[in-house]
Amino acid sequence: MVEHQEIARAAAAHTVAPAGWLAWTILFLPLAAFLAITFLTRKSKLLSTSLAIGSMAIGLAATGTLLLHLLRAGEHAAYQYTVNWITLPGLAVEFGLLINPLSVLMSLVVTGVGLMIFLYSIGYMADDAAYSRYFAYLSLFAFSMLGIVLANNFVTLFMSWELVGASSYLLIGFWYDKPAAADAGKKAFLVNRIADFGFLAGILMLWSIAGNQLDPKTLNLIELEQRMPGLIAQWGVNLFSPLSIAALLIFCGAVGKSAQFPLHVWLPDAMQGPTPVSALMHAATMVAAGVYMICRVFFLFGEVPGALEIIAVIGGFTSIFAASMALVENDIKRILAYSTLSQLGTMVMALGLGGYTAGMYHLSTHAFFKALLFLGAGCVIHAMHSNNIWHMGGLKKAMPVTTALFFIGSLALAGIWPLSGFWSKDEILALAFGKCKILWTVGTVTAGMTAYYMGRVLCVVFLGEQRDHHAHPHEVPPVMYMPLIVLAIFSVVGGFIGIPSLLHHAKGVHVEFNKLVALISSAAAAGGLLLAFKVYGKQPQEDPFAVRFKGLTRLLTSKYYIDDIYGWLNTNIQQRTALVSAWVERNVIMSFLVNGTAKITGLSGSLLTKFQTGKVQAYALSLVAGIGILIYVGWRCIP
Amino acid sequence: MTQNIFYLLAALSIAGALGVILARNPVYAVLSLVATMFAISGIFLLLHAYFVAAIQILVYAGAVLVLFLFVVMLLDMAPETMFRMKINTLKIGGALFSLFLLWEILTAAGFFTIPSANDNSSQGTTAAVGKLLFTRYALPFELASILLLVGIIGAIVLAKKKL
Amino acid sequence: MISLTHLLALSGILFVIGLIGTITRRNIIMILLSLEIILNGVNIAFVAFSYALGNLTGQIIVFFVMIVAAVEVTVGLAIAVVLVQQMGQTNADELKLLKW
Repeated sequence: MVEHQEIARAAAAHTVAPAGWLAWTILFLPLAAFLAITFLTRKSKLLSTSLAIGSMAIGLAATGTLLLHLLRAGEHAAYQYTVNWITLPGLAVEFGLLINPLSVLMSLVVTGVGLMIFLYSIGYMADDAAYSRYFAYLSLFAFSMLGIVLANNFVTLFMSWELVGASSYLLIGFWYDKPAAADAGKKAFLVNRIADFGFLAGILMLWSIAGNQLDPKTLNLIELEQRMPGLIAQWGVNLFSPLSIAALLIFCGAVGKSAQFPLHVWLPDAMQGPTPVSALMHAATMVAAGVYMICRVFFLFGEVPGALEIIAVIGGFTSIFAASMALVENDIKRILAYSTLSQLGTMVMALGLGGYTAGMYHLSTHAFFKALLFLGAGCVIHAMHSNNIWHMGGLKKAMPVTTALFFIGSLALAGIWPLSGFWSKDEILALAFGKCKILWTVGTVTAGMTAYYMGRVLCVVFLGEQRDHHAHPHEVPPVMYMPLIVLAIFSVVGGFIGIPSLLHHAKGVHVEFNKLVALISSAAAAGGLLLAFKVYGKQPQEDPFAVRFKGLTRLLTSKYYIDDIYGWLNTNIQQRTALVSAWVERNVIMSFLVNGTAKITGLSGSLLTKFQTGKVQAYALSLVAGIGILIYVGWRCIP
Repeated sequence: MTQNIFYLLAALSIAGALGVILARNPVYAVLSLVATMFAISGIFLLLHAYFVAAIQILVYAGAVLVLFLFVVMLLDMAPETMFRMKINTLKIGGALFSLFLLWEILTAAGFFTIPSANDNSSQGTTAAVGKLLFTRYALPFELASILLLVGIIGAIVLAKKKL
Repeated sequence: MISLTHLLALSGILFVIGLIGTITRRNIIMILLSLEIILNGVNIAFVAFSYALGNLTGQIIVFFVMIVAAVEVTVGLAIAVVLVQQMGQTNADELKLLKW
């Protein structure tokens, strides 16, 4: 029973809704590919690959069709496709999709970047024994991610959210025979679980306050959006109103998935997975799910200023905090991971400042150039069989194409005009400049640091002379660099294809281009790059920064001891609490309450058994005694 | 005169009953019970219950107790070693509570001081009882016959090894 | 003239003698005999009331009690025979089939 239903809005009223199968296809083709690969074509590399890539390509085409439709229909168009899932009195849960400009943009990013990464994986994973399993997991991930993107209610959203966590666990721990990878998978899953607990609590809280006497409770995003004014009138918007608390709890989920401080610890470790996985999930799409989710329910966040401030501060802090750790990191993938953290922090900060469009804009451009960078790093690792940048060097001779592409990505990330990163980052900084000078300063400093650590990577890895003379780097096959070229094109032109205009109807703050801000941030970026080239340009054998600032380097390489603090908390607080709980459980609950009940029952039973002798005469005696006592009582004691 | 005969018969019946529960040999116990039955039958006669007195002799002494004797002799039971077994709670409790009940019954019996009607209406002749049985109590009478039939069949089913 | 109190006292004494026998004797045959004493004690009470009240119904009930007693003895003795055949004894102490 599929209900096609069009949200009657003025602008969309005269257009015909796109066919429902289009939207369902986008979502369910990857799932079908996953199932088919797992159960049917596991043995055949060719079939598995074509299934996975075909599903993504068709998804991309379908998304494009929907985008064209939306462009024709106008920017306020939104379509809903639902299946009734659980229908009980007082509880109606549906499985549904919501197609609007935001979800189509995100779906485009997921399927587009995803397709490039799938193609790239053909080359990168060519020699892996578990090739088909890899593509099965990728398809499962794509299904889960598209579920988050397209979901029209919180139940579907949360279900996909958890599926993303599960497929992320599977892919991070893809090389499960490597203990570090298995541990990283578990870490990612557990940290996400902590965050998801808050998310779930937030959803339930929102559900509990969403209904009133007239309307049944709902988790449908559109209905919630329509009810927002009523809810605000009913509950208020101060920091301790249920709305704010629900918003903050929902933000908790985003903190986990988008790896914001203090739950950022899983993302650097997640680099244990195959590099295309890191590119797809831990750079371009999955970690963006948190940011996307905030945008998706921005009708809620946008109305609670207190919660927004907290979000902005967390985002800003994560952004500079992660950038600082990237300064001294030596693993090329982890540098990019910290950079991802930092950029996600920037996006969250933008959302916290009310910049719905700016955040989503940066998310899209970031997806392109971060996927490009990760895949470029993958090429380098593929060629060098090492992640350490100090084993590399001078790769520009051996790998000219990769080098050029990596340069484009780095410059886009650093925010150099006219690459896409410049435009999206500038929109965020301009927004911050207008709203909060402190966060603007943080953003600008982060931009400088970003340029500096990317310059460091460029110098150490690609320029100069080769450090490790045993390695024989070579250019990667075309199947690996062709997707990179596509991503590079989008990284370059991403600022001119009108992503913000797609979202301009939405709530949130719109900012105009600010020349002063652009100038300052460009100066910071250029300064960072120049500084990096000055420090690392002279072909040093070890990190001059680490030699110069030993204490600071130790602090940064230990990641501000946050992992150690968590470890300490785990062993000392959580373990001991667990011991106490175990003691209470064993001695109070088990021995006293549970076994005690059993013992009392047993004791009374064994007492009563004494009367059950099985001898008829004993029963006769009880009968006589009972009658005698009854007669006596009835005679003497009752007047 | 009647009073004295009653005391005699009462003493006889109590003695017989005590003989039943105290006798070690089942044969002696059955014979004591026969004596008790005769004494009780005499008491029934004193109370003008002629029909009941007659069937007391016929059914009880004649049929039931003879059946008892048959079974006792068929099974050839050894005399029970009653007074050599240890006194246990069952015995003490049984005796105590029974005497307690006896005390209650005797006390209650003291309250019944209904003067006897002592007219011919309570003459339990065969004719009078028979008339009642076949008119007012015809249905219970028939039910009793069914009960007897069931008892006979039950006894046969139980006692026969193979049917 | 026999007073009702005397008759009821005799009835009670016989009843309790039977009761003691039922509870204390070990042989099943003896238990059945004691039950007969109980029933006879009760019968005396019925006839006594019938005599005192000038009403024959009491005697009718005695008649039915006798029928029930006869049936009970028949079945009880059959059970005793079966017990001897199956277990070789009629000692109530040793019969614990009622205990699981």
